Amino acid sequence: MKRILVGIKRVVDYNVRIRVKPDGSGVLTDGVKMSVNPFDEIALEEALRIKERGAAEEVVVVTVGPADCQPQLRTCLAMGADRALHVQTDTPLEPLATAGVLRTLIEREQPFLVLLGKQAIDDDNGQTGQMLAALWDRPQATFASKIELTEGKAQVTREVDAGLETLEVDLPAVVTVDLRLNEPRYVKLPDIMKAKKKPLDTLTLESLGITPRTQLKTLRYEPPAQRSKGVRVNDAAELLAVLKHKGLL
Amino acid sequence: MSQNILIVAEHDGRTLSVATAKCVACAATVPDATITIVVCAADTTALAQQAAALAGVGTVLTVEHPVHAHPLAAALAPQVAALAAPYTHVFGPSSTFGKDLMPRVAALLKTVQVSDIMAVESATRFRRPIYAGNAILTVEVLDGAKVVGTVRTASFQPAGGGGTARIEAATPAVAPPTHTRFVSVSAARSDRPDLQSAARVVSGGRALGSAENFQLLYGLADTLGAAVGASRAAVDAGYAPNELQVGQTGKIIAPELYLAIGISGAIQHLTGIKDARTIVAINKDPDAPIFEVADFGLVGDLFEIVPQLQKLLG
Ligand SMILES: Cc1cc2nc3c(=O)[nH]c(=O)nc-3n(C[C@H](O)[C@H](O)[C@H](O)COP(=O)(O)OP(=O)(O)OC[C@H]3O[C@@H](n4cnc5c(N)ncnc54)[C@H](O)[C@@H]3O)c2cc1C
Ligand SMILES: Cc1cc2nc3c(=O)[nH]c(=O)nc-3n(C[C@H](O)[C@H](O)[C@H](O)COP(=O)(O)OP(=O)(O)OC[C@H]3O[C@@H](n4cnc5c(N)ncnc54)[C@H](O)[C@@H]3O)c2cc1C
Repeated sequence: MKRILVGIKRVVDYNVRIRVKPDGSGVLTDGVKMSVNPFDEIALEEALRIKERGAAEEVVVVTVGPADCQPQLRTCLAMGADRALHVQTDTPLEPLATAGVLRTLIEREQPFLVLLGKQAIDDDNGQTGQMLAALWDRPQATFASKIELTEGKAQVTREVDAGLETLEVDLPAVVTVDLRLNEPRYVKLPDIMKAKKKPLDTLTLESLGITPRTQLKTLRYEPPAQRSKGVRVNDAAELLAVLKHKGLL
Repeated sequence: MSQNILIVAEHDGRTLSVATAKCVACAATVPDATITIVVCAADTTALAQQAAALAGVGTVLTVEHPVHAHPLAAALAPQVAALAAPYTHVFGPSSTFGKDLMPRVAALLKTVQVSDIMAVESATRFRRPIYAGNAILTVEVLDGAKVVGTVRTASFQPAGGGGTARIEAATPAVAPPTHTRFVSVSAARSDRPDLQSAARVVSGGRALGSAENFQLLYGLADTLGAAVGASRAAVDAGYAPNELQVGQTGKIIAPELYLAIGISGAIQHLTGIKDARTIVAINKDPDAPIFEVADFGLVGDLFEIVPQLQKLLG
C-alpha cells in the first residue's frame, strides 16, 4: 500500500496570547484553546491532495502526546486522513525521542513519504523532521513550498534565506512543510460525524519498546523584555525630524 | 573545564556569511572556550582564509568535496558528525542553512539540540525563545551530553577580524550519500543591502495591495540605503518574494531602524523585529497592535505618507 505518514502535534492555538506563569514554571495553558500545529495541517492537506491525485493510497496521521490530543487527531480524520495513531504518553519527549518514536512507527507502516511541519509553534524547535531523516538514514527536504512526485523520486522546492531552492530526493524521504505549500481545507460537519467511525489506535511507548532519554532540563520560563510604548508623531516631517534627532538618519 | 567548540561555517561558495561571525561571537561567550570552524565547500581556499581571520578562532578545518558546492544537509551532516568527537559543542547559525543541518547532526550524534540560542549562561546553560518569542526558556543540558546548538544571530554582534587561526585539511571518513541532489536555486541578486544584516529596513504589509505598489517601498528603501522586508500577508499575496518575509517563520532581524508600513503587528511578525533598536509604524488604524511596540507611530494613509517622506528626503 502506498502510504503517507503525517506527524501531528497539538499546540496552543496561534491566536492565543501566551502568558508566562508568575512562578516561572511554565506558560498558562488552563482553558486555553488547543489546535493542530498550523504547519501540520498544511502537511496533512498536502498528503490528502497527493492521495486525491492517485499518487498515494492511504494517509495515516500520528501524534505523540497525552490523552487529550485525541480531539486534534479526530480533526485530522475529519479533514480526510484514513487512520490515526496515538502514541500516548504523559512524559514530555524531546525532539530526538519524538523522532525515535516516529522512526519505530515507520518500521510498522512502511510509508514512501513522511510529511511533518517545519516547526511546532509552541516549542519552536524545528528539529523533529531532520532528526527523523537522520535516524532513518533517508533524504530530507525541509521548508517545502512545492512538492512534485515522480516514480521513486520527489522534487521539492524549499524556502531558504537566499530565495527558492529545488532538491531532488529519492523516496522514501522526510519532507517538512512551510506555510506557502497550500491552504488547508475547512472541515465540514458531515465529515466530523464520519471521522468518529475512522480507526484511531492508541499505542504506548512500552508497547513500542521505547524508553525515552532526557538530556535537557528546563530551569525557568520568563516573559520577554517588553518594549516601552513610544510616541505618536503627527506627520511625515515630524517623523523625519525625530529620527534625525536620534541620529538614525 | 575547558570547552572545545566546533562551528559549521555558512557561506555561498565565495564569501563566509556574517552569521558565521555571529556564531563565533556566541561561542566566545562560553567560558574557557577553544573555537574551531569547519568549512565544507567545493573550493575552500578563500573561505578558510576568511574564517581564519575571525577574532577568537584557533583552528580552521577544511573539508573539500564537489558535493559541497551547494549545502545539502544529508551530505554535510555525516561529515560534520564524523569530525565532532573531540568537541563539547557543535554550533551553526539559526538560518535556513543551520536549521536544516544541525538537527541532522545532533541525531547522528544521538544528542540534544538547543535551538535559537540567544544567550549563554554557562557551558551547559542557555536561553532561548519559545512561542514566537512570547516566553524565554532557560535550559540546562544534562549529563555531559554533547551540545548541538543553533545560534539566534539577531542576539549577537559579529566577531571582529585580525585573527590568525591555523588552517588544516580534514578528511572525514564517511562518503556523502547520493540520495539527495541539488537541482537549482533562484536567488534574487540585488544591489540592495542584505535584509539580515542591514542597519535600516523598510517593510511593507498587506496594505500595499499589489506588487506594483510595493515598488513605492523599494523607492523609499533606496533613498534610505535600506533593505526591504515584508509581512507574511504581503508575501502570500505575491507582492514580495518569500526571502523578504520577516517574522516567526521568516527572518529574525535586528536593524537600527525598522519602518513597518501598512503592517498590523501580529505576534508572528513582531517576533522577527523584537531586537530592532527603533521601530517606526505607519498605519491608518490608530488601534493597530504595531503601535504597542513602535517607538514612533504615525497614523495615516501610507499612500500619502510614503511619497511625502520620499519628497522630504529627496
Ligand atoms: C505532556 C507533554 C508535555 C511536554 N512539554 C514540553 C515542554 O514543556 N517543553 C518541550 O520542549 N517539549 C515538551 N514536550 C515535547 C514536545 O511536545 C515535542 O514532542 C518535542 O519536543 C518536539 O519538539 P517541537 O515540538 O519543538 O517540534 P518541532 O521539531 O518544532 O516539530 C516539527 C514537526 O514535528 C512533528 N512533531 C513534533 N512533535 C510531535 C509529536 N509529539 N507527535 C507527532 N509529531 C510531532 C510535527 O509534524 C511538527 O510540525 C512535551 C510533550 C508532552 C507529551
Ligand atoms: C504559524 C504562523 C506563522 C506566521 N508567521 C509569520 C511571519 O513569519 N511573518 C509575518 O509577518 N506573519 C506571519 N504570520 C501571519 C500573521 O499572523 C499575520 O497574518 C500577518 O503578519 C499579517 O500581515 P499584515 O500586517 O501585512 O496584514 P494585516 O494584518 O491585514 O494588516 C494590514 C494593516 O495595514 C493597515 N492599512 C491598510 N491600508 C492602509 C493604508 N492605506 N495606509 C496605512 N495602513 C494601512 C491596516 O490598518 C492593517 O493594520 C504567521 C501566521 C501563522 C499562523
